[in-house]
Amino acid sequence: MADGQGREVYLDYAATTPVDQRVVEAMLPFFTERFGNPNSLYGLGRDGYRAMEDAREQFAAAIGASTPAEVVFTGCGTEADNAAVLGIAEVGKARGKGSHIVVSAFEHHAVLEPVKRLGKQGFDVTVLDPREDGIVYAEDLAGVVRDDTVLVTVMHGNNEIGTVQPLKELAEVAHGVGAYMHTDAIQTLGKIEWDAAELGVDAASFSAHKIYGPKGVGALYLKRATPFEPLLIGGGQESKKRSGTQNVAGIVGFTKALELMIAERPTEAPRLAALRDRVIDGVLAMPNSLLNGGRDVARLPHIANLVLKGVEGESMLLQLDNKGISVSTGSACSSGSLEPSHVLLSIGCPPEIAHGSLRVTVGRFTTAEDVEYFLDTLPGIVERLRAMSPVYAKMFGSGA
Amino acid sequence: MLYSDKVMDHFNNPRNVGVIEDADGVGEVGNPVCGDVMKITIKLDDAERIGDIKFQTLGCGAAIATSSIVTEMAKGMTLEEAVAISKQQVADELGGLPPAKMHCSVLATDGLKVAVDDYLVKQGRDPIAGPIKSEDPNFDPHADEDAPHDAAEACDL
Repeated sequence: MADGQGREVYLDYAATTPVDQRVVEAMLPFFTERFGNPNSLYGLGRDGYRAMEDAREQFAAAIGASTPAEVVFTGCGTEADNAAVLGIAEVGKARGKGSHIVVSAFEHHAVLEPVKRLGKQGFDVTVLDPREDGIVYAEDLAGVVRDDTVLVTVMHGNNEIGTVQPLKELAEVAHGVGAYMHTDAIQTLGKIEWDAAELGVDAASFSAHKIYGPKGVGALYLKRATPFEPLLIGGGQESKKRSGTQNVAGIVGFTKALELMIAERPTEAPRLAALRDRVIDGVLAMPNSLLNGGRDVARLPHIANLVLKGVEGESMLLQLDNKGISVSTGSACSSGSLEPSHVLLSIGCPPEIAHGSLRVTVGRFTTAEDVEYFLDTLPGIVERLRAMSPVYAKMFGSGA
Repeated sequence: MLYSDKVMDHFNNPRNVGVIEDADGVGEVGNPVCGDVMKITIKLDDAERIGDIKFQTLGCGAAIATSSIVTEMAKGMTLEEAVAISKQQVADELGGLPPAKMHCSVLATDGLKVAVDDYLVKQGRDPIAGPIKSEDPNFDPHADEDAPHDAAEACDL
């Protein structure tokens, strides 16, 4: 809520994005006139089916799948992550691949929780830490995979700090021991080049609402012959990999959104990277601040995660909200737990530092003026909160 | 998670911020590792009531709001009344707190208790609040039992 000045600056595009008007227009007919169940045999059903399969074909080509059948549409990104982890590990194990799983420490909970469940069911889980620069290195993975490793799952672009993992090398290590490679690519799809064949992964999860598509639709890339057991069973839709009547409007919208991302990327990615760099430089010019993750490593163009030492993140977030600015934080207090972000802890950020983190993510409708407004607004908030702290001067010196 | 209007009012316009330089009692509780630290300074009047009280807090919206309201509640109280303020009274006074934020009101009441005992001990008298961070069987900050603990253990007020 703004304080009356009316300025609204949304800087949380990694959380979700508005649906692009062009996506809305592509979807609209499928809510009303073209509402048929794509599994029905008559004309209205066939129309929906054709729209859905055209979308699948286009989507598959856009992500470098070898056939459209390798794309399974789901109800969200979390479902795609859950389905991949549970489905591949269980069937892989049943086929004699062993029961060892390697998961990176900074996965989204949509991956960590199903892995944790498998651990309780007897799988042996190794949690692999990224290094301080925010990268999971292939040589580190090589040190923990085993002959009985069935699944390796490492997020492609990290949703909190924006670092991009060397997926191709990681997949080679996984395949070297006969394990399957899954990646949560929800933040990377459309933002940077994504080619399944080139990257060599066996499974990847995607979500529409991170790329100006609608909420409630995701996708799972599942390479042919990858062992898999569906999460949802019933009518056998999606080649029996995901039962449930398909969200035709959502699938059409997701595909349109991806098409726009790719078409506009040559100019949009550098524009966003410049805005992101301005955010980083502007915040780092403030006293006692730092950037999470290495500056020079591979990065998504839209995510910057910064720390204002000696300030608690939720307080900063609420004060920025008072000025109409939306961002997120990795502080414990924002999550309802007592620990700060597991992502920040995994890269060696101490809790007392992680509590002061601020994630700023830019997107299609972010302007240079928006970023300057944020950078003009933040210092006063930080100074006020530091002045109110009983320990700031003691811990971090007098710089306000 | 939503904060009440009163929490937001105390967060945006905290009362009694600062430090009393010639304080009679000082209470500092919390830990930067946990993300919240609170310092309360008190000055007593001739009737040994809390005549002046100020706070400094590093913490979330709830930590700042509970600190602010506890200073308002304590002003004018006797020492016995001040140490008897409960975390529930603090939360109620703010129009409620989200469950995950109840530990913030413990921080605020603990800070006040430590300040009162600090005064009494300096006077050579017996403390009346006693050890803080007493266990409350009704409060479980680890609602998710699978949540990673470690650092959080120390933060469990």
